[in-house]
Amino acid sequence: MCCSFFCASLYALSRHSHTHTWPRRRTSEPIEIEDRLESLICRVGEKSTSSLESNLEGLAGVLEADLPNYKNKILRILCSVARLLPEKLTVYTTLVGLLNARNYNFGGEFVEAMIRQLKETLKNNLYNEAVYLVRFLSDLVNCHVIAAPSMVAMFENFVSVTQEEDVPQVRSDWFVYVVLSCLPWVGKELYEKKDVEMDRLLSQIEGYLKRRVKTHVPMLQVWTAEKPHPQEEYLDCLWAQVQKLKKDRWQERHILRPYIAFDSVLCEALQHNLPPFTPPGHMPDAQYPMPRVIFRMFDYTDAPEGPVMPGSHSVERYVIEENLQCIIKTHWKERKTCYSVIQEKTRSLSTITLVTDLFQVIFGELFQLPLPPHIDVMYTTLLIELCKLQPGSLPQVLAQATEMLYMRLDTMNTTCIDRFINWFSHHLSNFQFRWSWDDWSDCLTQDLEMPKPKFVKEVLEKSMRLSYHQRIVDIVPATFSALIPAEPLFSYKYEDESSASLPGYPVSITVGNAIKNRASNEEILAILKEVPNPNQEDDDDEGESFNPLKIDVFLQTLLHLAAKSFSHSFSALGKFHEILKTLTDSDDGKLHILKVVYEVWRNHPQMIAVLVDKMIRTQIVDCAAVANWLFSQDMAHEFTRLFIWEILHSTIRKMNKHVQKIQKELEEAKDKLEKQQHKRVTGNDFEDEEGQLEEQIERLQEKVESAQSEQKNLFLVIFQRFIMLLTEHLVRCETGSVDITTPWYKNCIERLQQVFLMHHGTIQQYMGTLENLLFTAELDHHILAVYQQFCALQL
Amino acid sequence: MSSKLNALTSDSYTEISQYRDQHFKGNRYEQEKLLKHSNTLYVGNLSFYTTEEQVHELFAKCGDVKRIIIGLDKIKKTACGFCFVEYYTRGDAENAMRFVNGTRLDDRIIRTDWDAGFKEGRQYGRGKSGGQVRDEYRQDYDPARGGYGKLAQQHRSTEARNSF
Repeated sequence: MCCSFFCASLYALSRHSHTHTWPRRRTSEPIEIEDRLESLICRVGEKSTSSLESNLEGLAGVLEADLPNYKNKILRILCSVARLLPEKLTVYTTLVGLLNARNYNFGGEFVEAMIRQLKETLKNNLYNEAVYLVRFLSDLVNCHVIAAPSMVAMFENFVSVTQEEDVPQVRSDWFVYVVLSCLPWVGKELYEKKDVEMDRLLSQIEGYLKRRVKTHVPMLQVWTAEKPHPQEEYLDCLWAQVQKLKKDRWQERHILRPYIAFDSVLCEALQHNLPPFTPPGHMPDAQYPMPRVIFRMFDYTDAPEGPVMPGSHSVERYVIEENLQCIIKTHWKERKTCYSVIQEKTRSLSTITLVTDLFQVIFGELFQLPLPPHIDVMYTTLLIELCKLQPGSLPQVLAQATEMLYMRLDTMNTTCIDRFINWFSHHLSNFQFRWSWDDWSDCLTQDLEMPKPKFVKEVLEKSMRLSYHQRIVDIVPATFSALIPAEPLFSYKYEDESSASLPGYPVSITVGNAIKNRASNEEILAILKEVPNPNQEDDDDEGESFNPLKIDVFLQTLLHLAAKSFSHSFSALGKFHEILKTLTDSDDGKLHILKVVYEVWRNHPQMIAVLVDKMIRTQIVDCAAVANWLFSQDMAHEFTRLFIWEILHSTIRKMNKHVQKIQKELEEAKDKLEKQQHKRVTGNDFEDEEGQLEEQIERLQEKVESAQSEQKNLFLVIFQRFIMLLTEHLVRCETGSVDITTPWYKNCIERLQQVFLMHHGTIQQYMGTLENLLFTAELDHHILAVYQQFCALQL
Repeated sequence: MSSKLNALTSDSYTEISQYRDQHFKGNRYEQEKLLKHSNTLYVGNLSFYTTEEQVHELFAKCGDVKRIIIGLDKIKKTACGFCFVEYYTRGDAENAMRFVNGTRLDDRIIRTDWDAGFKEGRQYGRGKSGGQVRDEYRQDYDPARGGYGKLAQQHRSTEARNSF
């Protein structure tokens, strides 16, 4: 719709001489025109019946004519697209180039506006957007808007950050990254004009890269093996790509460069000098981007017939992946648009193997450590959409990719395996669970704790949750029966007369009937008093102390009656909340209730997870109790199963959200008080209100401190337990002269890493305590290494 | 300094649809306001056999689920192919609209839509036969939703009687 409007206006324009002005309809509101301008600018470069060049030419003419009345609006829109539409970088730099050729002053004002915007984005910790802005500026050199020497000077200022002392490495990393990331676009031009300075720059960068600390790398690698594809640190990889580009004399054939077609016009333009730009100093609250490891799962030998994939150190690889990542970043919320833009962009780019590049980017993001840039389920749905819209080609390559990932499970990071399991099972559920399971029968001969059979087992378990048990039995070959999950049925201890000898059996009948007959809490508690306490020798107690059998009898019976569905169980927990709280008054009680929940629902981990969630939310158990339970000896045999870690991380998240909620309440109360104080008029009623608010703030402050203390304690418990388990294992192996790297150890140490990675923001607050109490120099170096890798992420 | 670019802030999957609950107690404006702030989704085109557990597993991929209410046939009190999913935050519900809507659950493409909020009674189908209205009139055979539509079933049995 806009396209045709645009073409119509171009058509109208082409009928007139260069003195044509914008056909201003008297009835149009300025706001309509502004919206039209925004639309025209945003849409240029999209699918069109005219060529990109003629569209740019036309748009430049239109905007030039509008400058007298809408200059500021046009400046703002162009600054925005520079920041928010990086995948169309060269389209917009060409546009600015054409405008600058027609209106030198406008060019100057645009450059100034961009510099202002750059300062602002840096101040607001928007480092990824700042990269796009700097890249835009550097491409403006190609469009004769900015003079090359002034760009080199900006780069020199950026690289000089590497000389700063006492700053986090991630700070200087970013400035080096920005410079390197611009070179595919502008390296050629800068070298032609200022090769001596550029050589000096690159040599400085090289020196910096050599002395950089790379402790963080192992924590961020998707695979621990360097074969078949090395897992390179992102700056090292980009450096190698730039080196190769330089060797190729900066010949870069991949980036779309519309300005080449306009060279005769642009080279007549006068250029501007960038004002000297001093990088803003380091601030303590600055949040620089974390380092990354480049994800490689394909290489040029893997692409199906068609053009060859660029090698991992070819700069084209960088450009292609940047482009696709930008597209996903812009359109992640709209999967259909994402697909059509990818289609468009890659048609206008030179020869590439779209599908493998695309999968490498999508899986690269899905497996990214510490966290994917977007929510996991987005990638699943995007891949489903892609398979739906390209059923001829995509599904086969996706199957091939899945196969490759399966083959390398032995060295894949446990966190990434989790994501692989979740993705694959969800994906299968959209395609009738069709898969050639026999291709994976190699896993059947391996120990069940090995990564491949473990993966298949977890996939089948997750698949069952999205369907039902019989379905899973039906879809896998009979040979896979050992990997099929158990039927998710309740295990009732007091099932029938065969359990009559159990000490709790008689009361289980009585209490079961009482519940069915809607007895009151008091009546039920009275019945429960009859349960003998295995822990007690004499009856000096009124029976108020922790009685595990009491908990067992009541909870088993209650959950058995409510086993039909989640809702039934939640309802039961709600109805008998008082009794449960009484029974779990002590830490022992809380631990035991979790134990019972596991016992009865051990074949239905999904139910365990939702019950634990409910019990935390209704304060029947607390987060630390859950952590202690998961790490207890009783759960050791389940320790490597996915559901354990889903429960743990869900628990940590609830704790974090709880703290954030109270902090927010405190902030709001403080804001309210401030507003009151501003409005203050001396009078008793206002003072009273203020007094109330101050009291509320004091109470909230206490609440925050208490919540934070609970949060810190939770992390201490978790890390302490990890340290105990790992130390035990390491000592045992040492004394037995056995290799420490068992599947259990790999799983456990990577689970420790996972806690750091998934909650790094929160944990950072407690670094001091962690270092003083737990991660001290006396610790085994294998465990301490994980802590040091974590620290290196933001140093 | 730079504008927000309305052309770019498109998030069409989270927009409210044309559907308005005819039984809603309040005016159109009030209903729309609730829809725009709701954390609750209506989920349709479920199989009658889809369980709360399956719904939970799928929708939990977008965030913590507060509760699920399975839609019931008003007379039979059995599942009749829809449910409500309530999240703790709107952001999580929005992700479900973006990434779960239009994908499969229990082999069926499901549809999600904003709901003004669960109220007692809304868990029942509003069709004359007790199920959902859509199952009253549909002509196709859907084994996961009781076979033929109710009207079509009546016609079939009438035809069967008449053919003697």
